[in-house]
Amino acid sequence: MQMPLKIYLLIALIKTVLSLAVMASLIAYVQLAERRIVARMQSRVGPTRVGPWGLLQPLADTFKLLLKEDITPSQTSSGLYLLAPAISVTLALLSIAVIPFGPVIHIFGYTTPLQITNINVGLLFILGVTSLGVYGIVLAGWSSNSKYSLLGSLRAGSQMVSYELALGLALVGPVLLAGSLDLRKIVAAQAGGHWFILPEIVAFLIYLTAAFAETNRIPFDLPEAEGELGAGYHTEYSAMKFALFFFSEYANMITVSCVATLVFLGGWAGPVFGPVWLSRIVLPLFWFCLKAAFFLFLFIWVRGTLPRFRYDQLMALGWKVLVPVALANVLITSLVVAWR
Amino acid sequence: MLNLQLILFLIFGALAVAGGINMLRSRSPIYGALSLILVMGALAVLYLLLGAEFIAFVQILVYAGAIMVLFVFVIMLLNAQPLPPHERARFARRLGLPAIFILLGILAAAFALRYSRARLAAGSPMFHVRSIGQALFHQGLLPFEATSVLFLVGIAGAVLLAARPETQSSGTDTPAVKAADRSGL
Repeated sequence: MQMPLKIYLLIALIKTVLSLAVMASLIAYVQLAERRIVARMQSRVGPTRVGPWGLLQPLADTFKLLLKEDITPSQTSSGLYLLAPAISVTLALLSIAVIPFGPVIHIFGYTTPLQITNINVGLLFILGVTSLGVYGIVLAGWSSNSKYSLLGSLRAGSQMVSYELALGLALVGPVLLAGSLDLRKIVAAQAGGHWFILPEIVAFLIYLTAAFAETNRIPFDLPEAEGELGAGYHTEYSAMKFALFFFSEYANMITVSCVATLVFLGGWAGPVFGPVWLSRIVLPLFWFCLKAAFFLFLFIWVRGTLPRFRYDQLMALGWKVLVPVALANVLITSLVVAWR
Repeated sequence: MLNLQLILFLIFGALAVAGGINMLRSRSPIYGALSLILVMGALAVLYLLLGAEFIAFVQILVYAGAIMVLFVFVIMLLNAQPLPPHERARFARRLGLPAIFILLGILAAAFALRYSRARLAAGSPMFHVRSIGQALFHQGLLPFEATSVLFLVGIAGAVLLAARPETQSSGTDTPAVKAADRSGL
């Protein structure tokens, strides 16, 4: 299968634009879903006025944020202050480049994977990019020149570095079972319903916990604890610059949900039937989205349920529980893999 | 294709050099650290150009994503101020610049003598995850484990030096609450 360079570039462009568009609208609607679901959990209604069932609310919010006055405090380190939200959102969107949404498809005589690009260390790419995400937050806090922002970003920095370790170690187990860092091969290794969530249930739970901390979500949202820090690292940001931080938080949520789906829930695997277009394209995509949506719902559900941890509890949980258990899990998994 | 590679190499090579120079030049610790991150990132891209995906992303993950985050964290935590110009800096500059060129010359000569052009262009099969694992855990197992013990000793020593006796709080944000009070909260 040799395709001309022009066609290759065209397909790559279409996939990139499509993925970004889907991602952007998904971010907007996850946020609406969050408001509606949390409202329901608290016996409220949530936004219902703009459009049917409040469906146009994200659009209205975007316009509001675009039209708001953009304030830059006078004592900021101006270059870094502007750069920080850009770093945050760029890195948050970069990781979708390697996430496969479905199998390899044949369309108009060409073969292409449902993925922007495939690299043989895809999982490592995602870990690397998310590990850089902390700079956006840390630089935002530092350049704002405000004590609340600085405290928030210091918390974010130590929290994200600590939980990244547990997150990475939790992913080692499934990688050992699959024998590859290639996300497509990890999915292929789970074919036939042998999802890694069963043999690697410990790793799954550690991953999930660490993912909440990595995305700064309740119960680990200490970097923006509003009761004590104003709004944390983005206290001094307004209008669209604030929106970019918000945007990247939800993009990160979507990324960790996709990784959980790929590594633990068999990716796009699920019952398929019908003609080729249905069984090769639509249904795999449907199963992938369903599984990822479950994780996104879990994020919202937990937000409506759990209180915030205290800072020392957070650190103790990360270093004294999650990391040792993850290490033990790696050891046991490698012994089992070596035994086979 | 080679041309594209050459262009990318020149861009990111220049970025790496510029970042390095800026790191040495800047008096503000935070900008120095950020320049160093730029160097790490540019080096990662150069590894990618050589086809070493694993090393490139490990470089990002370990150096830019973990080590440099700690650097930046410490700089922010201690609120390190820009350094005043130093008397001995001028002396170091006079000695340092020729030293750089001598070192570069030695390296270039060593590479030119050791590797032929064709072999450099062909790249090395050493870059895949499997071969790196083989090299680390088969051929180089003893030095690898010895290094990790060395690191462990270093960490233990640092903890021993940093931990002052008679202080109960360890974390920066730990409230000074007794265990008995805490259970009542």
